[in-house]
Amino acid sequence: MSDDIQTLLDRLPRLGEGVLVTLEMTIGGAILAMVVALALGFGSRTRTLWVRGPSRVIVEFFRGTSLVVQLFWLFYVLPVFGYELQAMAVGIVALGLNYGAYGAEVVRGSVNSVPRGQWEASTALNLGQFHRIRRVILPQAWALMIPMLANLLIQLLKGSALAYYIQLHDLNFFISQLRKATSDTIFSYSVGLIVYFVIAYLLTLGMNALEVHFKSRLGAGPTLREVLRVAPVPTTEKAGAA
Amino acid sequence: MPDQDDRHTDTGKQTGTQTGTEDIVTTDKTEGAVPAIEFRDVVKRFGDNVVLDGLNFSVAQGDRVTLIGPSGSGKTTILRLLMTLEESNGGLILIDGVPYTHEYRGEKWVEIPEKRRRVVRNRVGMVFQQFNLFPNMTVLENIIEAPVHVLKKSKAEAITRAEELLEQVGMSEKRDFKTNQLSGGQQQRVAIARALAMDPEILLLDEVTSALDPEIVADVLGVLREIAETTDITMLLVTHEMQFAREVSNRVLMFDHGQIVEEADPETMFTNPTHERTKEFLKAVLAH
Repeated sequence: MSDDIQTLLDRLPRLGEGVLVTLEMTIGGAILAMVVALALGFGSRTRTLWVRGPSRVIVEFFRGTSLVVQLFWLFYVLPVFGYELQAMAVGIVALGLNYGAYGAEVVRGSVNSVPRGQWEASTALNLGQFHRIRRVILPQAWALMIPMLANLLIQLLKGSALAYYIQLHDLNFFISQLRKATSDTIFSYSVGLIVYFVIAYLLTLGMNALEVHFKSRLGAGPTLREVLRVAPVPTTEKAGAA
Repeated sequence: MPDQDDRHTDTGKQTGTQTGTEDIVTTDKTEGAVPAIEFRDVVKRFGDNVVLDGLNFSVAQGDRVTLIGPSGSGKTTILRLLMTLEESNGGLILIDGVPYTHEYRGEKWVEIPEKRRRVVRNRVGMVFQQFNLFPNMTVLENIIEAPVHVLKKSKAEAITRAEELLEQVGMSEKRDFKTNQLSGGQQQRVAIARALAMDPEILLLDEVTSALDPEIVADVLGVLREIAETTDITMLLVTHEMQFAREVSNRVLMFDHGQIVEEADPETMFTNPTHERTKEFLKAVLAH
């Protein structure tokens, strides 16, 4: 066991590199997924058929096919057609499209949950299409979306472990190298569990903070600063009950 | 009153032979002032339910018109059509003589694109039963959002105007509050200020006191009464507050099944209605 730990300590820089690759894929994938989710989520609820139709098809396609197969397709099949992407790019694109498709449903559902009166007030004030979404609808939809997006983000992190199969030296790769070096399966995979868990937990904390932020912007709950403050928060006086 | 000189309108009533081209005819000014609102044969269906079946009526500039009638008679639909919250299924809606949502190109009844609708929509404001303030913004932000981004006013100018309006509706001290820290009556007063900040020529009031506690209704009506007295905004209101309708409006339209069954000044309408349907309705409403 102490040998195992020594081996792990010796390999810490490589663990760092593996974690960086995993984070790079996770964050890159998450950003792309969010863009895809917003585009397809709003696309799915437009009145124009030629926007809604393709949006729905893309969502169903990427939700309905395996992430591993998508990854392999992009990595092994796409070059056949003359488009060769770097392994990292393949990972990010596959994760982004796959989780973006799930995210699109989250976006669509949350946007639909914003009361209709908010859209109507936006029309009455003559706010433009994009303006109303950016300034009125999304700020309210975020608060609803964040918990579900947090779920997807954690799944995306774990999905990034597939990077190992397209020859990326990510955390998963590091774990298997560690196993080879120590010949201790229990130790290596336990380290793997812990490191993934720590990353996932940090992401969760970040998303929780975002949720608090968006809720407080809607006047529901304390601000992030109040939550993080060590001293107890004096209950803010609710005015208005006239 | 807005300048009419350079305003054109597609009359659409002409049995034009040049299909495909836009018939642009200058508004005939000799017939007197152009009505602020005009409905021509407007049809609105929800599925099989025909709410408006060829409705015709007009509202002169500066008029205060109350729409009364049983629920389902189409009153709110009229306001919602004017705010483009619903799409009509036929006929023309004109604002200051300009087709607003649809027009005739030759014989063909076509939708007017959003870009042109937006120009006309700037003249129309609406206050809702459920207030519909934006919860992600403060009171002040709610009021200046559209003036800054739609009317392209400077922020300073918009804030000055917003503060005046907040003063007018008695909400100055709530300027920086989030909207869910306000009571219903306070929210509605902010919503009125928000609509007025767009300097509308036409203000639509859709049962603005229906969601309020009875003791607060008077405050909100007081604010509206003052606006009616101090401005020349054309108002179209749907309300169950008959006393308020009587004080504020100069014309009352009684609706039933999407048609105007009676039209009179408030005094006549409320004291001496002629139509049987109106009598029944008023009796039912005034009973409680």
